[in-house]
Amino acid sequence: MSTDPQQTPHLPPALEFKSSTFSVPVLVLFDNDTAVIEQQLQEKVRLAPEFFKNSPLVFDLQELNRQEREIDIDVLTKIIRKLNLLPIGIRGGTPQQNQQAIAQGIPVHSIHSSSASAPVETVKQKKTAPEPAPKAEPVMSTLITHPIRSGQRLYAEGDLIILAQVSAGAEIMAEGNIHVYGTLRGRALAGVQGNPEARIFCSDLQAELISIAGTYKISEDLNESVSNKPVQIYLQNENLIIKDL
Amino acid sequence: MARIIVVTSGKGGVGKTTTSAAISMGLAKKGFKTAVIDFDVGLRNLDLIMGCERRVVYDFINVMNGEANLNQALIRDKHCDQLYILPASQTRDKDALSIEGVGKVLEELSKDFQYIVCDSPAGIEKGAHLAMYFADDAFIVTNPEVSSVRDSDRMLGLLASKSRRAERNEEPIKEYLLLSRYSPDRVKLGEMLSVKDVQEILSLHLLGVIPESKSVLNASNSGVPVILDEKSDAGQAYADIVARYLGEEKPHRFIDEKKGLFGKLFGGK
Repeated sequence: MSTDPQQTPHLPPALEFKSSTFSVPVLVLFDNDTAVIEQQLQEKVRLAPEFFKNSPLVFDLQELNRQEREIDIDVLTKIIRKLNLLPIGIRGGTPQQNQQAIAQGIPVHSIHSSSASAPVETVKQKKTAPEPAPKAEPVMSTLITHPIRSGQRLYAEGDLIILAQVSAGAEIMAEGNIHVYGTLRGRALAGVQGNPEARIFCSDLQAELISIAGTYKISEDLNESVSNKPVQIYLQNENLIIKDL
Repeated sequence: MARIIVVTSGKGGVGKTTTSAAISMGLAKKGFKTAVIDFDVGLRNLDLIMGCERRVVYDFINVMNGEANLNQALIRDKHCDQLYILPASQTRDKDALSIEGVGKVLEELSKDFQYIVCDSPAGIEKGAHLAMYFADDAFIVTNPEVSSVRDSDRMLGLLASKSRRAERNEEPIKEYLLLSRYSPDRVKLGEMLSVKDVQEILSLHLLGVIPESKSVLNASNSGVPVILDEKSDAGQAYADIVARYLGEEKPHRFIDEKKGLFGKLFGGK
């Protein structure tokens, strides 16, 4: 992942490109009324001023554009900046909105990455997303009875319940909780849309990676006292807690 | 209607062709009219293992393209008149295979045969995909080492999602585990995964364990399927596997190490 600039061999390299992933809050907008956005965002920031101070931020317009509600990017970024937040990206914008953002020096992020790399992009999302009236959507759960094999991926919008094993090299993701009643050897990502209340339950933890709302641990970080037995995993003060069941 | 069996693994060199040759011979010797097809287009091997490489005139691709009919291409085995071999083309590659073509050949074979054994190439690309696409049963050949087990697991995922049965929402392909090149002594030394380890990772019904054996190499070199070497442990292991597949109860042999006189006297492990 590194590219050295072309130079004479006796000079030590002055720079190097590296690939890195960061956890960035995503501001998901449900309303195009900038006055309301400003007021609610202000309230959120007041709750945790230290956390939000100079915090980078990606704003997500997918929902607004789905409802075909226009919003002025220039006004929006002004509000964000006024609250000492640093907009570093736009997601789900229309071509016109994207152009406006780029004119302001704000890069455009692809919306596809929201499920592929949700863990790094949607951390702490709930903190910044002003929830409108709670939606009365029925909580769906997906039940799987067959093993999830290496190379297979599974995404559930609600809870995910697997009655068999999840092999190494498999990836299971859920916006809600994950239950695995077999051995969990693959990757399990719960709360991928940023729900910090999501939990992972499994009857035998041997996972390659576990993640809740973007906070993750790889198998190297799992010590032996929690592996190979039934556990639950949840988020507490942004730390992953693994507890025996 | 024939029962279509795919012998597959993901990883190369684990014993797919040896297994295809052995079990097709085993089924034929039990009196079932059996065809074995080499899907490894471009890397034709099955004919060597079956000892019929000097009788290949037409091949699978010729039949698919309508350049020859099945009866011209099928080679009757020297040892058993219930067994026929459909060799792969050596001069073509996997792109010569098409789903319609393979389907047509299998359908035609199904009218006449009771078992069709498809010898899959390694990998998960076109050749391997078409070999398993029409299958009713899958024999997963795995060596007791981690990379082979991982690849088999991947293959099992594909069997469950990319086959005709999966696409039509029919009863899934029946999967059987064949653990080959197994050496109980090396398992004891911790150099090899045990049957239990592999079964834990794959959670799959164990059809049989084939011990690491010199007779396999000898059989390959002489072009006689190892199952015909009734004195060899590998030959006996394959005979057990065929019997178990056909529903006979056979205790598993070759899982535990052979005990010498001392071991027998003092027991224990």
